[in-house]
Amino acid sequence: MSDVVEKTLSALPSLLSLDSQAGAGKLSPSSKLGNLIKGITELTSKHEEEKLIKKELESIKEQVASPNTTMRQMKEIMVRAIYCEMLGYQASFSYIHAIKLAQQGSVLEKRVGYLAVSLFLNETDEFLLLLVNTVLKDLQSTNLIEVCMALTVVSQMFPKDMIPAILPVVEEKLTHPKEIIRRKAVLALYKFYLIAPNQVQHIHSKFRKALCDKDPGVMTASLHIYLQLIKENPESYKDLTGSMVTILRQVVGGKLPLDFNYHSVPAPWLQIQLLRILAYLGKEDQGTSEMMYDVLEESLRRAEMNHNITYAILFECVKTIYTVHPKSQLLEKAAECIGNFVLSPKINLKYLGLKALTYVVQQDANLALPHQMTIIECLDHSDVIIKRETLELLFRITNAQNVTVIVEKMLEFLRLTCDDYSTIDLVGKVAELAEKYAPDNVWFIQTMNSVFSLGGDVMQPDIPNNFLRLLAEGVDNVEDRQLRLFAVDSYVSLLQGVTAKLPQRFLQVISWVLGEYSYLREEESDPGSVMRLLARLLDQRHTSTETRSWVLGAMTKLCSSPVSVALARDVCERYSGSLNTVLRQKAQELMILSQDTKLRARVLPAEGRLESLEVDSSLSFLDGYVSEALAAGAAPYKSPHQRQEDLVQEKALSLEPYGLSLPVSLSSCSITDRLTDRRSPTLLSMSSGLSGNSTELSHQEGSTTLKLEGVKRVWGKDGYLAQQQSAGETPTPLVELPNPLLSPQSPPSQTQKPSSGLEPDQEKRQLASSLFVGLGSHNSVCLMGRAETAPRHFRRKPRGESSSGASEGSSNSSHSSRSAAVDNLLLSNLLDSTTVASEGGAATTTTPQQTSQRTLDHTTSNGNPHVEGTEQRVEAGGPLSLIRGNGMVAVVPPTHTQTDPQTQQDLHPAPALERPRDLPLASHLPAELSGLARSEFTPLCSDQDSSLALSACRVYKEDALVLLVFISNNNDSALHQMVLQLTCKELEISCISGSPLKEVKGHSVSVCLHTVVMKRASVQVELAGLLSYQRPLGQPQAAQFSLSLSLKHFLRPLTVSTGDYGKMWLSFSHDLKQNLRLVTTEHQEPLTATLDALKGKLHLHVVDIIGSEGIVACRLLQGPGQGQPCLLHCRVNADSLAVWLRSPVPELPDSLLYHCQKALTET
Amino acid sequence: MQFMLLFSRQGKLRLQKWYVPLSDKERKKISRDLVQTILARKPKMCSFLEWRDLKIVYKRYASLYFCCAVEDQDNELITLEIIHRYVELLDKYFGSVCELDIIFNFEKAYFILDEFLLGGEAQETSKKNVLKAIEQADLLQEVYEMV
Repeated sequence: MSDVVEKTLSALPSLLSLDSQAGAGKLSPSSKLGNLIKGITELTSKHEEEKLIKKELESIKEQVASPNTTMRQMKEIMVRAIYCEMLGYQASFSYIHAIKLAQQGSVLEKRVGYLAVSLFLNETDEFLLLLVNTVLKDLQSTNLIEVCMALTVVSQMFPKDMIPAILPVVEEKLTHPKEIIRRKAVLALYKFYLIAPNQVQHIHSKFRKALCDKDPGVMTASLHIYLQLIKENPESYKDLTGSMVTILRQVVGGKLPLDFNYHSVPAPWLQIQLLRILAYLGKEDQGTSEMMYDVLEESLRRAEMNHNITYAILFECVKTIYTVHPKSQLLEKAAECIGNFVLSPKINLKYLGLKALTYVVQQDANLALPHQMTIIECLDHSDVIIKRETLELLFRITNAQNVTVIVEKMLEFLRLTCDDYSTIDLVGKVAELAEKYAPDNVWFIQTMNSVFSLGGDVMQPDIPNNFLRLLAEGVDNVEDRQLRLFAVDSYVSLLQGVTAKLPQRFLQVISWVLGEYSYLREEESDPGSVMRLLARLLDQRHTSTETRSWVLGAMTKLCSSPVSVALARDVCERYSGSLNTVLRQKAQELMILSQDTKLRARVLPAEGRLESLEVDSSLSFLDGYVSEALAAGAAPYKSPHQRQEDLVQEKALSLEPYGLSLPVSLSSCSITDRLTDRRSPTLLSMSSGLSGNSTELSHQEGSTTLKLEGVKRVWGKDGYLAQQQSAGETPTPLVELPNPLLSPQSPPSQTQKPSSGLEPDQEKRQLASSLFVGLGSHNSVCLMGRAETAPRHFRRKPRGESSSGASEGSSNSSHSSRSAAVDNLLLSNLLDSTTVASEGGAATTTTPQQTSQRTLDHTTSNGNPHVEGTEQRVEAGGPLSLIRGNGMVAVVPPTHTQTDPQTQQDLHPAPALERPRDLPLASHLPAELSGLARSEFTPLCSDQDSSLALSACRVYKEDALVLLVFISNNNDSALHQMVLQLTCKELEISCISGSPLKEVKGHSVSVCLHTVVMKRASVQVELAGLLSYQRPLGQPQAAQFSLSLSLKHFLRPLTVSTGDYGKMWLSFSHDLKQNLRLVTTEHQEPLTATLDALKGKLHLHVVDIIGSEGIVACRLLQGPGQGQPCLLHCRVNADSLAVWLRSPVPELPDSLLYHCQKALTET
Repeated sequence: MQFMLLFSRQGKLRLQKWYVPLSDKERKKISRDLVQTILARKPKMCSFLEWRDLKIVYKRYASLYFCCAVEDQDNELITLEIIHRYVELLDKYFGSVCELDIIFNFEKAYFILDEFLLGGEAQETSKKNVLKAIEQADLLQEVYEMV
């Protein structure tokens, strides 16, 4: 009895408060929450608040722990806990009670429980697992409100792994009679799709049903899913275009219930959603785009009311029009619309107008011209956001003529901003523009000085890296010297001033440049001056340890004069005792090198340090060491992914028999190969360590970083440099810079117009003329990413004749260069042209039907018309290409073959003289294979008296690698019971010679044919072979051999169009980037030469070469009609080739890259 | 939408809804930084902000700031209208809403928000439907609590 009374009494306050709230809740200051809130508002200090909340939390803690607390009280407590959390105080002890409340409370307590859960926890919280059962129960409840609550919480957060537990129930709700449930269920599925797309794969058909739902709300909800689906894969949903267009037309035409109107605009959210979907559908698809032109036009026309919501629709519509396949009439209207935005007095619209312009000037820079004055005004706008967006727009229209003005404006902004995010972004853009369009050296160095001072230590590290590389890589001509000298002078004067404010990164750049190039000014000044400045910098308190080590490095390069040596000694004494090991080491180096002039001259030659620095990325100098280690029983190197896989395999039972053990000497050579060349040269730092490659970075960072690759210097101080280009280089697509005097919209002519405006207006006009000068149509082709249209002032010269290329050329005779050219020509003919094959086939039709039964002497005496023909041509020194036209590959002199068959065979373009001993084997090639490209004959093994010799040959068929094993019996007696076994677990080997051969007669040759494909891409595999046989009256004997096959034998060109390439590129997930060396030849552009070399050696297909970029495709044979593609995207970056590989197979890029590296190092 | 914040002119948080999983620490840092940035802006300035890598859309109603973070490709203006529609809903529900209504009945404000936006997307844009859903639940509460 008393119990009931107590409950009633405890419920009273909430009942009372309910009365005061009737219906739409009004203030409830009498409640506990009300008291808390009031209490807080009356406080004056943060400290007091903390005290109060602490007390409150303690009381809450006590109450939730008490077993007597009812669910109703718990609900009230939970609201207070939420409030405390919102104020920033942790109430984690209440989380579990929130879940309990959702579990056990009645409908309304549940509601608060669910709310608390959704506010306290996030998706990754383990607590959520406790909620799964509750959610499941509520989903199946007959109470609509409970179902709604469960669906609401599910669409906000749900543990990914538990989705399958509730998925069927949620799916069921798609057919619920109440539209609110259907709508929430659709959104819950949308959420599932976002966090675990695979789990809802099977219900795509149900999404279609939701799209056709009679309730517009449900249909709208389903569009969220479709937007996502279409964004990811527009191709699969093109059939929906018609429906989407129809829906939009109906919405725009006002066919929806009035409920959906918002400020008398019909369902604006729905309209915007549909416009976004149409943009994805119509992008780069003329046919689809044509379907939507009408409705887009109608949308533009209907949205005319002057209200935010119509502008929202207009903005989206403009975006769609500029995304889909262009239609000039629509573009005009859209441009007009953008104009209205830009000119609007409303700041939000102006901002969006600028943003839209930024977007469209990439397509047509002239669109910015009508808005010059507005843009100028926005540059000085009081709102930073507007200024920032204006600069972004200017950045997109920068060219060689307006660069100085625009960069100045950007620097101005940078000086005022204190936001790291915009600093990083803008500094990168300034550096990019400076490098691209710098009108002269002085300006360039000064601008970069500002960049370094303003960018400080937050800027992207590749800005200084690229700058230093640019300085270092110039050829030693007058202009480059001037640039360096100017940099040195400018830094000396900076160091003479106050250095305390200079960022560390800048100081590092300064140290490096002074260390490298101070000698340029040496003649005119006191030799120790730079050294003294550096010493001063070294001792300053604000100089960081890292900078100090740079300074010491610079000093090491400079200590040539006696004055400097004395200074250096002084410095060494102080720093050789430093606690920092790096500084100590640098000091020691300085000490030793400053005292030993000879050693110093050898380690740090005065000039051209970078040019002479060749990085042996193949680490070939370790080969000896590696073979020794292997001979001593060390394990061969395995690449990381191989190790990973081995680890996986180790866990399972191995059911395969043990492989044949091979003598180390045989396999060591190939293993060494595997070890070398593996890792990137990007990891090796050059010289002072700052000038390493940064291609990978620039790929990742997108537009914020510098794109240095392959832009030629077209403009110099004397104007257009085209005439100075060497004849051998093919020009990259250049931009036609329109002559400002000729263009009708030319701004300079505007300034000549009599201006009726006031003084400041005049100024603005002048500014306009300097900003918008030289805007014209930019047409360019770009393979990937943003178009690199602009000529770049500073160009990286490919390391050409001056350096290593020349020395190689001179040491080898003219003969070698000729054969190299021949090699290229021949190899490019090798596999990819069908005409070659048919030509070869035609040539062999004259050959008598060959069989493996032909005897050896028979062949040698009669010869073979085909082979004889080749021989004659070779001797005559005639057109070598013809030989290759028959599909023959140059064969290596015998000595080479024995020492290192793998590396030599394809790579030595030595005169194509066949070994006499090989000749007869060629005649045993089956007729159907004789027209195809093949390798030379590799001797496998022979017994002591040479009575039995095994040789192998590879024939590169389009869809398979055919491995031929020739068994030459040089004895009188026949061989019997022959069994040839080839084993290799990485390969799939199948015998294709009709019946397994049993015997070989005396003095004859037998051939076994196998097709081989790689099961899994690997750099090189070892094939073990065993031939067992019996001589008459003899014991059974066996001959063992091994043969290594490399990945390149299994590569075939993949002929795709550029378009298909692009699609494939996006769909492949495994990628790898690395810089490779460029091949330089006399007659070809480095890129073409390099790609040709790769094409020839690795049988790749060069899809397209555009400017400084090339795309290449190949496939790895994997059984008939199958193949794993691998795509390469190459870009010339200074003197290296930045290669980006992609493939659906994880191992392929890695292995292929290895072969590319190898092929190029050996060219 | 990534998150929605409501805060007063004094910088006090009145409502926070996060649609992306973030740790407590990140949430606090973001809301603190953002409140500061927005309060420092003048009334006539643009309602959009590029803040870190997010796009912020905010609007002030009396003493309350409503602030949403959206993805880069999202439409700023329609986000502004989402805020406005939410204010309209609150107004209709509380009857001429003021900051105190939201302070004292913030759970109600959350319920309304949940009916309007679900998982960061506009769920129901019809004012009538949202309020109907809320009222049904409220009605249930009355009936239930009277029993």
